[in-house]
Amino acid sequence: MIELSHVCKNYRVAKRSSGFKEAVKAVFSRQYTTVHALTDISFSIPDGEIVGYIGPNGAGKSTTIKIMSGVLTPDSGLCNINGYIPWKNRKEYTKKIGVVFGQRSQLWWDVPVIDSFELLKEMYEIDPAVYRNSLDELVELLNLEDLLKTPTRVLSLGQRMKCEIAASLLHHPDILFLDEPTIGLDTVSKLAIRQFIKKINRERKTTVILTTHDMQDIEALAERILLMGKGTLIFDGSLETMGSAVNHTKHINIKYDGDLLAVPEGVTIIKSTAEQIIVKIDTTQTTVPDILSTFSNQVEIKDISITSPSVEELVAMMYRDFAL
Amino acid sequence: MKKYLAIMKIRFINSLQYRIAALAGIITQIAWSVLGVLALSAFYKSNPLTYPMGFSQSTAYIWIQQAFLPMFMLWFFEEDIFDSIKKGNIAYELVRPVNLYNRWFCQSIASRLAKGVLRCIPVLIIGFLVPAPYGLMLPPSFIQFLLFLISMTIGLFVIIAFCMLVYISTFYLLSPTGMKTILVFFADFLAGSTIPLPFFPDKILSVIKILPFASMQNMPLRIYSGNIAGIEALNGILLQIFWFFMLTLVGKLWMQKATKTVIIQGG
Repeated sequence: MIELSHVCKNYRVAKRSSGFKEAVKAVFSRQYTTVHALTDISFSIPDGEIVGYIGPNGAGKSTTIKIMSGVLTPDSGLCNINGYIPWKNRKEYTKKIGVVFGQRSQLWWDVPVIDSFELLKEMYEIDPAVYRNSLDELVELLNLEDLLKTPTRVLSLGQRMKCEIAASLLHHPDILFLDEPTIGLDTVSKLAIRQFIKKINRERKTTVILTTHDMQDIEALAERILLMGKGTLIFDGSLETMGSAVNHTKHINIKYDGDLLAVPEGVTIIKSTAEQIIVKIDTTQTTVPDILSTFSNQVEIKDISITSPSVEELVAMMYRDFAL
Repeated sequence: MKKYLAIMKIRFINSLQYRIAALAGIITQIAWSVLGVLALSAFYKSNPLTYPMGFSQSTAYIWIQQAFLPMFMLWFFEEDIFDSIKKGNIAYELVRPVNLYNRWFCQSIASRLAKGVLRCIPVLIIGFLVPAPYGLMLPPSFIQFLLFLISMTIGLFVIIAFCMLVYISTFYLLSPTGMKTILVFFADFLAGSTIPLPFFPDKILSVIKILPFASMQNMPLRIYSGNIAGIEALNGILLQIFWFFMLTLVGKLWMQKATKTVIIQGG
């Protein structure tokens, strides 16, 4: 069980304008501004859930992950994770969690991957039998057999990321924090990692919290979404409810023969040519069959497609609605 | 304890990858020893009466210093540690059930040992082959040799405990360059790496010899050469132990404070 209540975190950042004069001035007196990285964040996550943590760059996602993993201390607020306060009981607490920072590496650069794993085994004081099982399981699920004896520096990004994720699961953590685990990966690697995360969640009942900018990650994995913007939590719920909460929009693309005389009420034209029209409708104002019948009364419809906006567009709309 | 041995092991293996660097180091240290011995012999020839150490004592000082240079150099840092603070990889080190101070300490011991072990043997062999009084002599007695080993080990701990303060300062300064430059010119000089401490004027020496820097290479090298012996050597080792505890205490407290207010660079 993860519980955050009223967590705040500010950073003090030295600022100056560009140019030589400003740089010299900054040597003698610095001007600091306070950046509110997190303002009053509260949520709770039950065991075994997969939660997607999304938001634009600089929204405070990584800061939250770092607070939850005990790296950073918040300025105020409470955080209780399975009975631990992360930054206070760091040594015992870190044994219960696994963390992957997608933009950094935890593997030793010049030695084979397996050496890094052996080091983690000692650091986490993993029982040899448990380690053996865990390693075998991860090697099988992620197809690591050939990679283990390879030095980290010659691995491709996708291969390395698989090893990074395996490294953070060797000690059977209850909670797995993934900070942008699919950043920079190709589609095949992304798919493999998504499948793996799902499997681990199902089989080990690991709670997974992941941040990402890839909406397909969210669609494939997250039962629940936390949307961050400018340091505040602006949405907490499932992907479907997020869709209906913000958006009742459908796009209708019609190809037709004949002369279109009047466009029905309650639609917005996105694009219109002699034989094609794309309109946007609001389903709280009107319905799709109504619109279609108005069209078919006027012209001969040759082809129709009706689409809902993709998750990316949804999120983009939410960003816009909340002026992030 | 086992986890810290594992950290030392992987750091050791990691260092052994660089064979060319080791070879280059060996050649440099041999050349440096020869230059050092020649310079000292020039001093000695000009006025042997005012010479503060026996000539063969001072050549032994040079040879042992160069053979174990990676263990004695004050400005030999773990670039990995600076990088992890500067670029934010330290985030990973903070999510481990391991004390960060001890971890870095062990890592530093291992990397210095890895470099030292590879390099010392050829330098020692050459040193013993060079004829007296220019070459390397054996220590005056076996007990003196044991004292040397003890003193060198504690000296290594003192050096690393001191380096830890430089690492921790990077949390606040972000760039270690300034600290490193000061250390090369100032602290290394006071440690006796440029010329042995007995060559300093008496008044200055009486102050310098109680500073932590004198508890680094000065003590083991002078014990090996027989310049310091018996009860004086034991007292010296006690002073080394004192500085090791003091520097470690300061380092641990400072580290605790630093990691509480740490921010992770680079997102």
